[in-house]
Amino acid sequence: MELAQFANTAYLGSIVLFILALGGLSHPETARRGNFYAMLGMGIALLATFAFITGNHAILIGGLVIGGATGYVLARKVQMTQMPELVAILHSLVGLAALLVGFATFLGGEGAAHLGGAELSAAEVAAEKTIHDVEIYLGILIGAVTFSGSVMAFGKLSGKIGGKPLTLPGRHWLNLGLLIGTIVVGVMFVQQSADGGGLTPLIIMTVIALLFGIHMVMAIGGADMPVVVSMLNSYSGWAAAATGFMLGNNLLIVVGALVGSSGAILSFIMCRAMNRKFFAVIAGGFGSSSGGGASSAAAGEQGEAVSVTAEDTADLLAEAKEVMIIPGYGMAVAQAQHTVNEMVKTLRAKKINVRFGIHPVAGRMPGHMNVLLAEAKVPYDIVFEMDEINDDFPKVDVSVVIGANDIVNPSALEDANSPIAGMPVIECWKGTTTIVLKRSMATGYAGVDNPLFYKENTRMLFGDAKESIEAVLKGLQQ
Amino acid sequence: MQIGIPNEVHKGERRVATTPEVAQQLQKLGFSVAVESGAGESASYPDEAFREVGVEVVDDVRKLWSASDIIFKVRAPEKHPELGLDEVELLTEGKILASFIWPAQNEDLMKRLAAQKATVIAMDSVPRISRAQKLDALSSMANIAGYRAVVEAAQHFGRFFTGQITAAGKVPPAKVLVIGAGVAGLSAIGAAKSMGAIVRSFDTRPEVKEQVESMDAEFLMLEFEDDEDGAGEGGYAKVMSEEFIKAEMELFAEQAAEVDIIITTALIPGRPAPKLITTEMVKLMREGSVIVDLATEQGGNCELSEEGVVVVKHGVTLIGYTDLPSRLAAQSSQLYGTNLRHLLTDLSPEKDGTVDVNMEDEVIRGATVIKDGEITWPPPAPKLSAAPKKEEAKPASPPPAAAQAGKPSIWGIILPFLIGGGALLGVGAFAPDSFTEQFTVFVLACFIGYMVIWNVTPALHTPLMSVTNAISSIIIIGALLQISSSEVWVMALAGIAILITSINIFGGFAVTHRMLEMFRKD
Repeated sequence: MELAQFANTAYLGSIVLFILALGGLSHPETARRGNFYAMLGMGIALLATFAFITGNHAILIGGLVIGGATGYVLARKVQMTQMPELVAILHSLVGLAALLVGFATFLGGEGAAHLGGAELSAAEVAAEKTIHDVEIYLGILIGAVTFSGSVMAFGKLSGKIGGKPLTLPGRHWLNLGLLIGTIVVGVMFVQQSADGGGLTPLIIMTVIALLFGIHMVMAIGGADMPVVVSMLNSYSGWAAAATGFMLGNNLLIVVGALVGSSGAILSFIMCRAMNRKFFAVIAGGFGSSSGGGASSAAAGEQGEAVSVTAEDTADLLAEAKEVMIIPGYGMAVAQAQHTVNEMVKTLRAKKINVRFGIHPVAGRMPGHMNVLLAEAKVPYDIVFEMDEINDDFPKVDVSVVIGANDIVNPSALEDANSPIAGMPVIECWKGTTTIVLKRSMATGYAGVDNPLFYKENTRMLFGDAKESIEAVLKGLQQ
Repeated sequence: MQIGIPNEVHKGERRVATTPEVAQQLQKLGFSVAVESGAGESASYPDEAFREVGVEVVDDVRKLWSASDIIFKVRAPEKHPELGLDEVELLTEGKILASFIWPAQNEDLMKRLAAQKATVIAMDSVPRISRAQKLDALSSMANIAGYRAVVEAAQHFGRFFTGQITAAGKVPPAKVLVIGAGVAGLSAIGAAKSMGAIVRSFDTRPEVKEQVESMDAEFLMLEFEDDEDGAGEGGYAKVMSEEFIKAEMELFAEQAAEVDIIITTALIPGRPAPKLITTEMVKLMREGSVIVDLATEQGGNCELSEEGVVVVKHGVTLIGYTDLPSRLAAQSSQLYGTNLRHLLTDLSPEKDGTVDVNMEDEVIRGATVIKDGEITWPPPAPKLSAAPKKEEAKPASPPPAAAQAGKPSIWGIILPFLIGGGALLGVGAFAPDSFTEQFTVFVLACFIGYMVIWNVTPALHTPLMSVTNAISSIIIIGALLQISSSEVWVMALAGIAILITSINIFGGFAVTHRMLEMFRKD
């Protein structure tokens, strides 16, 4: 098996390149090189695999060219504010591919997969058959959940489906029922497959898994999307790993494990940033159960928010030495990032130290704000993470909160009864003045009133974020 | 409705109740504004400046009072020196007067004002709650007084504030002690600090320590056993115990020998000012030192200071001016005028040029001392303290505990997969070596992933997701291995899989590249 050895060596090279690619993402400078490593790794893996292909070249090339062109055009045309949607739809494709490959492997039978098996006893062959069936089953299951879940996430992120969590009565029981259903069908599948059948239970399971994926994402609301997106990222990795087991291919197993743990870590970081348990997020329905009367009663006594005009904001900024900008999802919605950069440039020209403070869950996807700011050509060395800047606020003269709410809510730290108690937040109120750009006094996603708005050193600048910043910019340039 | 601003008749008063800038904003609320000729002269706001913004300038005081529905003043009404009648008499039925009144000290004035059947809003009685800060004229004036106190001290102090090393020798910085870190005290600390002095401050309320330190001044602590808190109602200080005062006096005596300038701002509402600087302490001070006593109107914080004048005793200059805000007339008029404008905004929620003295509103209720001839002072106690006590702040500590209890664990995410892996392992016990090998690779790869991903900078989380997306399309290999199948179904499924994974591979890498290109340094 000269060919198999050659392929395995090539795969090893790909694995190393993929790991280097992920390692490169530790810094923006090395990240670009990392991306080339990943491309190279993918190219080597594809070329090595082409050697096994004995027929149907037309379909292969057709699929590659059409798919590649579609993907490339999509990647060129997508707006940076739509990144979460793009990532979600790409996840769904991985899920669908895992699903299809699973079916193809099942229908195509084994043999094609195992490169280099030894002589096996009859019992071992039976055991291997069982394992192989379980692998197929799991691969299709994970693929189906990833597919339908990602499609729903795409719908929610692009606004095609309402952002509100759908909470069916007894949804936890429903999920449990679906889980038991898959196990029962799984046992049936393995038994029937041993006799040469099994397609029916496989299709039943696929339908159940698709429904489960839909139901799971439907129950999760807008601001929990960073967790969902990174969770689906993780699932797409596990789907690849399961396919790897199915095909006995180490490259797929390693890549799947890398991607799976990457998504898992991202989900973990997002959950930590919201001080919520992973299962609580996935179980969904946040904000509907808690949010008791105690905190809203306390909010009633907080008094009145003081509004400010764009001209006064410009004056405040012009006189400041240290300015911190805290963007949130509202900045993405208003597409204000370019105007914000213009303002930052003007301020920096006046020798004012402007920095950005980014909360891990700002936006709808991990790192969402960073990408938007990068798109607007904000230099990344003035963009900081929450933990890097939270201690600096006593020295900050003006903080500008653009379309963010829960991530700057002091009750997370001060009110033990608050639904978001314990969530780490950006402590902008410790600065001299905070200016909050907001459409209205409405509460954020968590449905919690924000005492920041009533603080003595907070000023509210109402209106569309982009228009407000434009007005401030005008004031600064005069 | 018309707002009238008469000339201040109190001797030496230079402030005026509005400025052209504020008058413009009053007009935006739907009111017409009239000022007495020369009212703003001493605060550097000439009549022409008022005329320019559409304010009517009236020569005759009586006409101004009778034509106006609302009167804005600084000082409480008093006898008019030229007309020979009291301003109170000009305030006829139905009119509204907003000015400083000091109802506690001026019972007689209150009775006479009530007899006129008018409404009187006392700017000194605005409740001290967060919402009312924008119309808190006492704070605005105290701020100016604190600043001016430092300016006066500098005027009488024969040396630099800031330390310098010059060719002609070394100059040590002046040491300033500010007693009472309220609004005036903090303002004085800021002014003295910015002139380069070494500033220390003392206050009976320990919660102001943070504020003092935030201004880069030193907060003097009493070495005192009991944890006595001097915060009284409404954020003001209260009377302290005897032992406390004794310890306090020792501290002041010690400081007096050391510092060059003492600025005292200690007041307890409704009581004579506490005597903090005794004659002995003044004697301890160096020749040429300065004491600015901001409390001489209430009897003074220093035994030797005199109300309204500057005296020199035992070689120390004692400044006892009571009109410090008036000595910065343009600034104080502007701030006071803005306070009044905020009051009017609250009184006229519709912004239609009419007022509604809404006694349900806590702020308006507190400030209104006479409503249509009926004395409504003192108001019921306000609900909130301006500076919450320590006890109230304590609930802040539980959340960290809650944070720990609710801390999400990464095991919550990985565990299901480990259990899944364990289950596979159970099956694997009967499986050939090839499976065990694969499983080893899988677990090791998970750990490599774990190590590598933690190093990814959070700024690149989105590119991370898109690149992992692209490489997870390595599933394409599964499809490639099946594409050559002779079975049509298998070939079709594999073909579709190749198509969509190619979208993913090319799309994922291209969009990652596009994003990474955007991350640029300056």
